[in-house]
Amino acid sequence: MSSAGTLARLMRVGLVLAATMAVPFVAALPASAQTVKIGMILTYSGRDAALGEQIDRAVNLFVKMHEKELPPGVKVELIKRDDTGVNPDLAKRLAQELILRDGVQILTGGQWTPNAMAIAGLTKEAKVPFITMTAGGSAVTLQSPYVVRTGWTLWQTSYPLGQWAAKQGWKNAYTVVSDFGPGHDGEAAFTKGFTEGGGAITGAVRIPLKTTDYLPYFQKIKDVNPDVVYVFNPGGPQATAFMKAFDDVGITKSKIKLIGPGDITSDDELPNMGKSALGVVTMLQYSPAGVRPANAEFVAAWKKEYGADQVPTYFAVAGWDGMRAIFDTIKAQKGKIDPEATMAFLRSWSNPVSPRGPVRIDQAGDIVQHLYLRRVEEKDGRLANIEFATIEQTGDPWKIFNKK
Amino acid sequence: MTTIITILFFAVAYGMILYLISVGLSVTMGLMGFVNLAHGVFAMLGGYVTVMMMNRLGVPFLPALAIGCVLVAMLGFVLERTLYRHLYGRSELDQVLFSIGLVLVSVAIVRIVWGPLAQPMQLPEYLKGQVSIAGITLPAYRLALVGFGTAVIAGLWFMFDRTLFGARIRAAVDNRAMAQSIGINTSRLFSLAFGLGTGLAALGGGLGADVLAIAPAYPLQYIVYFLIVVAVGGLGDIKGPFVAALVIGLADTLCRYFLPEAGSIFIFAFVFLVLLWRPNGIIERR
Repeated sequence: MSSAGTLARLMRVGLVLAATMAVPFVAALPASAQTVKIGMILTYSGRDAALGEQIDRAVNLFVKMHEKELPPGVKVELIKRDDTGVNPDLAKRLAQELILRDGVQILTGGQWTPNAMAIAGLTKEAKVPFITMTAGGSAVTLQSPYVVRTGWTLWQTSYPLGQWAAKQGWKNAYTVVSDFGPGHDGEAAFTKGFTEGGGAITGAVRIPLKTTDYLPYFQKIKDVNPDVVYVFNPGGPQATAFMKAFDDVGITKSKIKLIGPGDITSDDELPNMGKSALGVVTMLQYSPAGVRPANAEFVAAWKKEYGADQVPTYFAVAGWDGMRAIFDTIKAQKGKIDPEATMAFLRSWSNPVSPRGPVRIDQAGDIVQHLYLRRVEEKDGRLANIEFATIEQTGDPWKIFNKK
Repeated sequence: MTTIITILFFAVAYGMILYLISVGLSVTMGLMGFVNLAHGVFAMLGGYVTVMMMNRLGVPFLPALAIGCVLVAMLGFVLERTLYRHLYGRSELDQVLFSIGLVLVSVAIVRIVWGPLAQPMQLPEYLKGQVSIAGITLPAYRLALVGFGTAVIAGLWFMFDRTLFGARIRAAVDNRAMAQSIGINTSRLFSLAFGLGTGLAALGGGLGADVLAIAPAYPLQYIVYFLIVVAVGGLGDIKGPFVAALVIGLADTLCRYFLPEAGSIFIFAFVFLVLLWRPNGIIERR
């Protein structure tokens, strides 16, 4: 037996598996007027399932608490699908099945930018409104007139963060981002904000998403010795892996500052990161430690439902607000979903009392929201992202800079 | 200079992780000739037992590791007796299909039992942070990995090259009928060797849990690493995978430090070239 022969056989097995997974479509069923079918594509398995679980829990909690507000006789039916991670081909196929076979009237989820881009492309033909919850790439809402976002964009967090970093008197920055759409956006946004303020970028690295060993990249950063490092990763377990590796090469204890969008210190991962995350400054639209009445209610409801040691993250809030937008649309149309009317409604939707502060969706389909500068501090014996400054409402800066 | 030593150390440490998770496969696939794609299942189970005992029962790291290793080795022994042995004489495709099936079944079972989320690994204090040796600061955990890796290769080499058990296994692998005819109980021997392979997998899974996260998709997610190491290392030898893991760790780490633009494609291009040059692995068995 040769190893080359074994590999060739492996590939054959892979092809067979792929072929059996391509399930043929069944005829589309007409949806009942009184039950609004919502297809939700999230990551329920794999390394980043923790992120999908945050959204899923928020959606379930919202439906449970607000179901009785729907018009009489109107029900929602959630049809959930697992995209297993960054996997645009699978996400597209799942969306196709949801539209054609299950006859969903609204699509949501869209956890990852590459997946959301693939789903968005379909909605243009199918005319199915798509509320992407946590895809952060600016380009997602440009793919189709049937897309709005309730999460954030990397330009929203990273451009003002770059400006803020320049104001701190830091001269040299190094950027390190996960190598996919939002990472590229974050790198460009931070670089623009930082260099406009007089700073210089001394190095930039894009780390493949599937990487498990970050030490060589971070050792290089330590050797270059910049004033500040801009970091982006998609949050969840990867955020902890990043922080541990920064600790392993000794950056967290050096005078090099770590900053980034809030993904890199996501609240559910802070206990796993431990003290190495102390002092990291991030920019984000939401922290469960934020002092707002709506947030206190939200966090309390969350802990009551899922346990006292559980915290909702910005993923959960994006899902929560996404579900609120969907519910408001259903209420406005009394359960009969018309794609055009839905999009017109969503593009002027607003919620003055979201847990993250006032939010609305603009004509570009992007969320407009406050952003908060936060620092990781110890509070009541636990690590938390403590907000210390607010940047007033902005839409997506990239679209403002690139307005035609 | 310090930087070069640090980078070389990272390379060796990464190679050791690759070696520790793959060495068990080189025993079952390399020595016993069984295409066991379910290798990752045993590594994952070792990781789960280790992490669960630490997180839920408060067992210290090293005992948890040992218990995981022994439990999974026993499971491997039982599975060899009940399932695997029926496939020794079958074609490689049958073995591949069987073990892939086993992967899919175990991924589903693990998801039901422990849920879909990755299990966070909390290293003991003495493995956190950095250690200073002769003016060079190195991460303690990686240092421990290098130590374990070295101990494992030394132990295996001694076992296979210097003990009667090793000699019997080599004899049985070369010519099973002849080994049986001179009174070696090859059936029991293979069960033991398989148990050893799965125990080593469990050790790798538990030790590497801080770098390769323990989650249900583990056996599929890292299968590429196992196969690369065994393919480049060559079959039928325990030293080949060691050399292969070091070479791959070195190449990948240097690429990440000096040429990060190359991204993840580099390692596959590298393996491709090595296999063109030496289709039967870096160290060919004579």
